[in-house]
Amino acid sequence: MAEFTLPKNSKLTKGSEYDNSNGSKNSKTFFIYRWNPDDGNQPRIDKFTIDLDECGPMVLDAIIYIKNEIDSSLTFRRSCREGICGSCAMNIDGTNTLACTKSIKSMRKDVKIYPLPHMKVKKDLVPDMNKFYEQYASIKPWLNSDTEAPLNKERLQSKEDREKLDGLYECILCACCSTSCPSYWWNGDKYLGPAALMQSYRWIADSRDDATDERLDELNDSFKLYRCHTIMNCAKTCPKGLNPAKAISEIKKLIVTKDT
Amino acid sequence: MEEQPTSPHLQIYRPQLTSILSISHRLAGLFLGTSGLLAFTFWIASLALGPGAYAYSVALFTSPLIQPILFMWTVAFYYHFSNGIRHLLWDLGWGFQLTTAYRTGYLAITNALLLSGLTWAYIIFWN
Repeated sequence: MAEFTLPKNSKLTKGSEYDNSNGSKNSKTFFIYRWNPDDGNQPRIDKFTIDLDECGPMVLDAIIYIKNEIDSSLTFRRSCREGICGSCAMNIDGTNTLACTKSIKSMRKDVKIYPLPHMKVKKDLVPDMNKFYEQYASIKPWLNSDTEAPLNKERLQSKEDREKLDGLYECILCACCSTSCPSYWWNGDKYLGPAALMQSYRWIADSRDDATDERLDELNDSFKLYRCHTIMNCAKTCPKGLNPAKAISEIKKLIVTKDT
Repeated sequence: MEEQPTSPHLQIYRPQLTSILSISHRLAGLFLGTSGLLAFTFWIASLALGPGAYAYSVALFTSPLIQPILFMWTVAFYYHFSNGIRHLLWDLGWGFQLTTAYRTGYLAITNALLLSGLTWAYIIFWN
């Protein structure tokens, strides 16, 4: 059932304030969600003011600066710092995006940073992704072909067939889309969410895959697929500019036309 | 170890055209399906009960207390109608590009306000 408010243990409290800007004119204030599993306290919002001349241009640079210079306990995931690994997905300035590709200058006011919405929090900006990955695994994200793999060469595909995968294969599974979706917030236990569904369509659309019927049958479920109500928050927030809503619609169309 | 908290969601996510129009569509539908349907049934019943009852319902519906609700009902109806067409087009697979979705979204709002305005202009000035 949908719960619109936060449970008691998740309510936000006021945290500490740190000013490291040394009176710089080029300063910026970041409000960052903190929760430590070991101290028994409620989640809190810490306030950090930093000198932007001291750090790089992206939000990831700012939180790395804060971790290095102010509070080494600040916890977040990051790896590639160039928008391809999907590790640093978080809610910045009200929408989900990658901290490494979000420029600080693009936001005029103070910057608020939360973990990806409606997820269990492991620590600070690190959400528990287990369920998300389980859902991804459930759509069998691998090639399912009836024919044996040819010896010493690839399974070939026409240019046109290959183009059908454009806008699908680029997904980096950062979970920005799924955790931006109100439907996923309320029914994330049963609704697969935009990321997993778009990846399912990536295999359905693949000319080399022969399991289309099984894949569609598996998805034909009032919760797994049809909790998508075309809200379009997913397409709006995708840091890679992809369109999960469109892919989900293609799945729905295929199911409707399949048995006629 | 403490039980893991749930990260904030509705409380912190930026309201945007995509989500606002979606929830408004539902609320408009709810509003029409409850108060709208009740009012309609009341009006039909008064019609069946004869001139006395009907005169009473006319007096009620034209009272300044009820008219704003009727106006809201009109807006809700035209919005639900316009945005419903938008949803039908989506179901056909059209209009998913973000720029298109925004354009049709603003169009649904404009359409709802325009048709409501026209309807009430007719009611007020040509009556």
